[in-house]
Amino acid sequence: MGLFSPGFMGRRREPVPGLPPGQHLVTDFPVLSIGPTPRVSTEEWRFSITSESGLMTTWTWDEFQALPQEDVTVDIHCVTSWSKFGTGWRGVSLDTLLEGVDTGAGFAMARSYGGYTTNVPLDELRGGKAWVAHQFDGAPLAPEHGGPARLLVPSLYFWKSAKWVRSIELSTRNDPGFWEQNGYHMHGDPWREERYW
Amino acid sequence: MSDVPASAARSTWNASDWHDALVVEAYAETPTARTIRMRLPASAALPQLPELVAGQHIDVRLTAPDGYTAVRSYSLASAAPGGVLETTVEELDDGEVSPYLVRGLDVGDRLEIRGPIGGWFVWREEEPAPVQLIAGGSGVVPLMAMIRAHEAAAHPAPFRLLYSVRSPEMAYYRAELEELARVSPRFDLDWVYTRRAPSGWPHAPGRLDVTGLAASVQTLGTSALTFVCGATPFVEFVADALVRAGRDPARIRTERYGGADGA
Repeated sequence: MGLFSPGFMGRRREPVPGLPPGQHLVTDFPVLSIGPTPRVSTEEWRFSITSESGLMTTWTWDEFQALPQEDVTVDIHCVTSWSKFGTGWRGVSLDTLLEGVDTGAGFAMARSYGGYTTNVPLDELRGGKAWVAHQFDGAPLAPEHGGPARLLVPSLYFWKSAKWVRSIELSTRNDPGFWEQNGYHMHGDPWREERYW
Repeated sequence: MSDVPASAARSTWNASDWHDALVVEAYAETPTARTIRMRLPASAALPQLPELVAGQHIDVRLTAPDGYTAVRSYSLASAAPGGVLETTVEELDDGEVSPYLVRGLDVGDRLEIRGPIGGWFVWREEEPAPVQLIAGGSGVVPLMAMIRAHEAAAHPAPFRLLYSVRSPEMAYYRAELEELARVSPRFDLDWVYTRRAPSGWPHAPGRLDVTGLAASVQTLGTSALTFVCGATPFVEFVADALVRAGRDPARIRTERYGGADGA
């Protein structure tokens, strides 16, 4: 435990179940982005998965919408220390998207419209743990929150849930993405406080 | 790691570790904000603070008597060497940490800090391009670190700050910015007053609009690297307007303060 801050009482007295160490709860939805918000129409939107052998599967917006949709309610945790409980999303499970992809890769690089990248172990994308989400709270996902569609990986800090996601590339190597090259953790488990290098 | 002597392990600074910092100076920056300077204990036995890069932030941790802790991130206002960490904290309505830092903390108190963090929203001396800085309110803090680093280096590339504030007394670092704009051949300053302007100001107060933005950014032109920092609606407006005006999105870096909730 650290040193005391004389006179500081804080707001919360009881531990909050489900809140990872070093996090605090918010009720709004802060926006953090590295640059201007990309504006991508659903007409021009494409999403693809490329295996380590170079085979690419691509979906148009209509094809993506025709896939089985899931409604999920999850807690999200941002590395800047806010957490938000019970967020509601609609999207397509990565299990569905990876169904026809033949791969022995261990890692995935998500790439976004606007140039953002983030690396995620493939294990974290499988087993009902990750989605490409296109609705938040029952409405189309707003551009500043990553619309038309973003990656949703609630088991990791939220910078791994790439906004404006356009592709996932599978690889046998764990290459660092954007924030991972700029001081943030390669894995990013909030329960282990994997925040920085 | 077992073959590494404990003393060698201790001497390595790790951005994930908490470090004690002593508050050496604190003063009101505006009616609602306070500038705080901290120093790390100078001891050969302790890890040394790494070189700061202008635009980085630190995490600050407060601990209540019962062990409850609260952590928030604050941008540093200076990257000057010498082991001093400076930030300015805006007191937020219904905030948990900021009221303590603005009104509770005293010189001589200690804080725990972690960092410095960030390798994107930063300016380095090696950057040759002109730099357009655009700040809303407390968003000027990391940009101030860049302005000070640029001036300290007598860097030849021009810097320009467009600073939007509610009223004159709400501006951070006003005296230093205005003096710098007066004496430095490398720094220019544009003010936007959204609620109340100084007496004799040529424009009525009002939010930054596309025309005002275009007038300010045209001086440095399209080769400029642009940093925008402020509340989310401000940053969204500015970044969108610049892209619509034909600016390359890859040359615009943003940092957004989320909702005030809980901060």
